[in-house]
Amino acid sequence: MSAGDRTPPPAAPPVDPVDDRPSASAGGAGTLRRALTALWHDPPAVAGTLVLLVLLVVGLAGQWLAPAGTNDVDVDQMLRPPSGAHPFGTDELGRDVLSRVLVAARVSLQVGLVSVGIALAVGVTVGLLAGWYGGWTDNVLMRGMDVLFAFPVLLLAVAIVAVLGPGLVTATTAIGVVYTPIFARVTRAGVLAVREQVFVRAAVSIGTSDLRILRRHVLPNIAAPLIVQTSLSLAFAILSEAALSFLGLGVQPPAPAWGRMLYDGRGFVTDAWWLGFFPGAAIFLTVLAFNLVGDALRDVLDPRQLTVSEARRSTR
Amino acid sequence: MGRFVLRRLLQSVVVLLGVTLVVFLLLQLVPGDPVRVSLGTRFDQQTYDALRERSGLDRPLVVQYLSYVGNALTGDLGVSFRSGQPVTTIVLERLPATLSLAVTAVLLALLVAFPLGVLSAVRSGSLVDHAARVFSQFGVSVPDFWMGIMGILLFAGVLGWLPPSGYVALTDDPVGWASHVALPAAAVGLVTASILTRFIRSSVLEVLAEDYVRTAEAKGLRPRVVVVRHVLRNALIPVVTVVGVQLASLVGGVIVIEVLFAWPGVGRLTYDAVQARDYPVLQGAVLFVATLFLLMNLLVDVLYARLDARITLR
Repeated sequence: MSAGDRTPPPAAPPVDPVDDRPSASAGGAGTLRRALTALWHDPPAVAGTLVLLVLLVVGLAGQWLAPAGTNDVDVDQMLRPPSGAHPFGTDELGRDVLSRVLVAARVSLQVGLVSVGIALAVGVTVGLLAGWYGGWTDNVLMRGMDVLFAFPVLLLAVAIVAVLGPGLVTATTAIGVVYTPIFARVTRAGVLAVREQVFVRAAVSIGTSDLRILRRHVLPNIAAPLIVQTSLSLAFAILSEAALSFLGLGVQPPAPAWGRMLYDGRGFVTDAWWLGFFPGAAIFLTVLAFNLVGDALRDVLDPRQLTVSEARRSTR
Repeated sequence: MGRFVLRRLLQSVVVLLGVTLVVFLLLQLVPGDPVRVSLGTRFDQQTYDALRERSGLDRPLVVQYLSYVGNALTGDLGVSFRSGQPVTTIVLERLPATLSLAVTAVLLALLVAFPLGVLSAVRSGSLVDHAARVFSQFGVSVPDFWMGIMGILLFAGVLGWLPPSGYVALTDDPVGWASHVALPAAAVGLVTASILTRFIRSSVLEVLAEDYVRTAEAKGLRPRVVVVRHVLRNALIPVVTVVGVQLASLVGGVIVIEVLFAWPGVGRLTYDAVQARDYPVLQGAVLFVATLFLLMNLLVDVLYARLDARITLR
């Protein structure tokens, strides 16, 4: 037995606020590991993850997987039901519905990811500043968030897109804006809890800069609710994008979008069910997959947070 | 209680001021001259000058905003760039259609969610519970407008039982109204029902774990009496909040369903205003709905505080 073996095990590692590594009490890597374990042990979440992986592949390679061009008009093939040549049938212009559904996946994922990215970046920044500095900063920033929260989500998104002009960029921005307050609230609540922890007070007492404390000690410790919120918000953002596209305020024709395909097909739906069925089923599966993953993450990482159904009250 | 209400009221006033600012600024974000954009090919100098003067766009921004808030307080939301009618009149004309759809949808949702949520909690882990959870997950993930389209396909197309779209006023023909509202209300109600089911389930489960429920059971009360007299009375208090919030959301958020079913409500009006670039109507509809949304949320909070005295102490 060496001398080293007799050394008593160290106590909990001393907190070093100037250490560049995140605080050990939660930690980004630990959170991620717990999240992945949660997904692996929950069958619905595994199913959701598989659907999302397929969607990712379709989103990236949709145009190569599509059996036909998305805008190949063929008047001889108008409103044909599903068949071997056209598994999802054809639309009122004879275009292949399967090809359009596959290519439209990219739009939905792109809008969902970028808009939630915007909401996450802005919301977390606002929440960190409001929670950390408190006082007037908190009041002004959070009352601003309250104002945005006072609008029904889709109504505000419609108003923003209507004013700025329809299109992919404005739809993405509008959805990002309307989902910002929820991230600000979740972040602020987390900061208020973490700022009283000993390791944060220790960091303050030795003069560590605010930016470093927020980045290295606060943010990693509020990662769990933010991961859950991100996952659930992706589902809502995709629903919102579909709704905006349905109203003609998202991506513009002839580019395919699931919501727009439903709108265009609504007039023919009693004669051509496939026009209404397949794009809607694609939206449903995508949203369901994000919800299943989000629910599993919440159960493990943040059981006190709202369930997806409670959170959805803000999607309309 | 009085202080709680006063505090919430003051908060709502501050938020409402912010809402008016956002709605006012919407018009400023329009690229170019909003009156000119709105008139489009119908442009003529006389109409343009009249609308520009009437909308006060030639005045300084601060004056415009103060005038906008002042007018809004008196119920004047401006005039439509298209029809020249007062916006308030246009919005109020559309309100009954939206309200009737929203209330019907919430009632339908409660009809499904109440028994399903309570049964799911009381028989936790049973087949009913699993079915309720699958239903709930389905409902929160499905776009209501897709359900609407599938409803049109089945009930209007295949079965021919219901009209695919359109509106009849409740006061004109109650039966006609019922047949027209059934599909849109069911489409919206399905989503609302799934949200309520999950909420009622978790609320009942929470109360079932309380000591007073165990005491009631220990006294030998029949399970049905325990559930009805002790569990439901307490579990349904927070449900009031969710029902209220859902109703408020529906009043302002059924744009897509109203467009799909040609339902002439405030949502459809908003859509039409967007298509016609009728910015005063868009602003008016958004401000009206946001105000209603805020007031309904305030009412729900006050009602909740009245039902549960602990709320005012928090």
